[in-house]
Amino acid sequence: MFKIIEKEELNSKVSRMRFEAPYISKNYLPGQFVILRVDEKGERIPLTVFNANKSLGTIDVIYQKVGLTTMKLDEKSSGDTILDLVGPLGKPSLVSGFSKAIVVSGGVGSAMACPIAKHLVSIGSKVEIIAGFRSKDLIILEDYMKAIDNDLELVTDDGSNGKKGLVTDILLKKLSSNIGYDLVMAVGPIPMMKAVCEVTKAYGIKTIVSMTSIMIDGTGMCGGCRLTVGNEVKFACIDGPDFDGHLVDFKEAQVRCVAFSEEESLSKAKYCNLFKDV
Amino acid sequence: MINKSKLKQPIDILNIKKRKTSFEEVEKSLSDENALNESLRCLKCKNPPCVLGCPVGIKIPEFIDCISKGIISDAYQIISKDSFLPSICGRVCPQETQCEAKCVRGKAGQPVAIGRLERYVADKIKLEHFKSPKKGSNLKIAIVGSGPSGLTCAAQLCNLGYQADIFEALHIPGGVLTYGIPAFRLPRDVINFEIENLNRLGVKIYTNMVIGKTLTIDNLFEMGYSAVYISTGAGLPKLMGIPGEGLGGVYSSNEFLTRINLMHANKSDYDTPIKIPKRALVVGGGNVAMDVARSAVRLGADKVTVIYRREEAKMPARRDEILHAKEEGVEFIFSSTPIEFIGNSGKLEKVKYVNMKPTSEESSGKSHLVPVSGSEKEMEIDTAIISIGNSANKILVESEKSLEFRPDGRIVTDEATARTSRKYVYAGGDAVSGAATVILAMQAGKQAAYQIHKDLSIKSQT
Repeated sequence: MFKIIEKEELNSKVSRMRFEAPYISKNYLPGQFVILRVDEKGERIPLTVFNANKSLGTIDVIYQKVGLTTMKLDEKSSGDTILDLVGPLGKPSLVSGFSKAIVVSGGVGSAMACPIAKHLVSIGSKVEIIAGFRSKDLIILEDYMKAIDNDLELVTDDGSNGKKGLVTDILLKKLSSNIGYDLVMAVGPIPMMKAVCEVTKAYGIKTIVSMTSIMIDGTGMCGGCRLTVGNEVKFACIDGPDFDGHLVDFKEAQVRCVAFSEEESLSKAKYCNLFKDV
Repeated sequence: MINKSKLKQPIDILNIKKRKTSFEEVEKSLSDENALNESLRCLKCKNPPCVLGCPVGIKIPEFIDCISKGIISDAYQIISKDSFLPSICGRVCPQETQCEAKCVRGKAGQPVAIGRLERYVADKIKLEHFKSPKKGSNLKIAIVGSGPSGLTCAAQLCNLGYQADIFEALHIPGGVLTYGIPAFRLPRDVINFEIENLNRLGVKIYTNMVIGKTLTIDNLFEMGYSAVYISTGAGLPKLMGIPGEGLGGVYSSNEFLTRINLMHANKSDYDTPIKIPKRALVVGGGNVAMDVARSAVRLGADKVTVIYRREEAKMPARRDEILHAKEEGVEFIFSSTPIEFIGNSGKLEKVKYVNMKPTSEESSGKSHLVPVSGSEKEMEIDTAIISIGNSANKILVESEKSLEFRPDGRIVTDEATARTSRKYVYAGGDAVSGAATVILAMQAGKQAAYQIHKDLSIKSQT
């Protein structure tokens, strides 16, 4: 059993949850994730670790209520427990040797982009952040990102925050000004990461993407998270989640990502109806 | 008096109709009468060849003799001296290539049904016969992985007087017994029974602990463990490396079986999704391939086909499992292998496969195979499950630089002592050998426990 210490609603769809997890916090590094199971009948899903407090023995995860499990998780409040929590999994995003980086995030991807950006700052890189959200009310972690990059570029698909646009528009503008960028990190939906890679490829800038796929065990056992990187099969859970974005087969990754979408929306609908009846 | 019957005594088998819709165990235990009659088929050889065929050297004629005398608890004690998981081995061991292959009765008729008798004894005996833990050294040993090798090592260490703690990556213990072998072959209560026995012995199992991630081996020593036994198994699925393997609908056997066995995706009140296959293709010829094919039948697949690259006689699966699969309507294509999976908008629709033939220079044993040109065929499928084996898990390779690994990820050990390149760290089971059998993994765990005891005894004297 893992205890929820704190829960904060970041917006109507996204929340942050703090768990008591002394072992996970001990060895956690930025870029790693956990897998959790809410209850006995629950599925195992991967979630990004936003932050860990080693002295308090806690970890924070940020989740968006998109599917059955995140909705079930969201029913829990501070003081409640979930059945299983395992991690930290995946390889940390311990990039080094870059002097000027752009971190691009999309939606809830900023939950992973933030610790990575912070890590880059800690090793002496200059970091600029571009964050995109669908609309103003879905923006999260704005202050956190501003603390890293005072000139944070925040755009929305519908322009409801006054800055309508795509992250790739801003990225292109920055890169075309050509002022010594040597790394782009992209974390977000697959189409966004794919678009970012198309932009950066033309400029020959090293681009790392964070691939969150369907996972069960998270230890390399099931192979559900496999993807093709430079004609080699890789497992996101143990070889990633970070990969060279210019080598990732995004088309295949997108297909695999939605492999169970019919089943998932069915079970979600069932769950929602359950609450309608109450 | 010897029972001269040339045939094994029959067992009850679940009827076909039920087998196609439920995961209930297919083979039932011998009845008391049939167990007695079967035990009387044993010739009690003075130099029993069957014992030589058993990887853990169970005193087979001795335990069978106890059955014929009606003292089942003694039979259990005799088996327990060499095997900690008799109810599991009785069910999943490949007896036909081990003990039963050597049985003298097999020369004229069927061998004694040693596996069924072992299982009969284990099923008859319940908890009260189990030994309480011995008081001994207060040294703690950490065991990584709770599959058959880890469980056996822990039990043996307890019997030697140690505190054995198991660290398991998944949320429930059992390793491949739990996520891999389906309930129709190994019911969950059988596994739970053996694990409860271990708890009674004093073994603690910590779940959700990925060693190499949650805790490192250094951390384990810092926590006061005197030695570490690594039995992380062969949990990395092999893939074919052919076009289309990334399509939706192509699974590894591990993913397919884990969804069902570990996550219960086949039950409507569990959240983990699984697609009900219409036309499923299972690639491979081992026990895992049979487990996958028979699981697909139970999920409600219209048609399940196994494709195996060699001829039927070369299939490594247990004969009983092949027979059961056929009875359940699984079809087989032999001497063939897929060369491409073809899809439409990312979804699997067809497989292209080709006949295989052995090269002429090697005709004995497992020869090298080559495709027969011009033999390509296509078949419509919506699900493909790759069951061609597993290699060692890679997590420790990344995190434990102090250990020596083979290029394929297996841990390098000294064969006689199970010692790794790091002092007081031992390894065994599939993590060392590559995918093998439950019984060999158990044997490795048992040997390692004795070696740990020996090395720590020497350490305490110096």
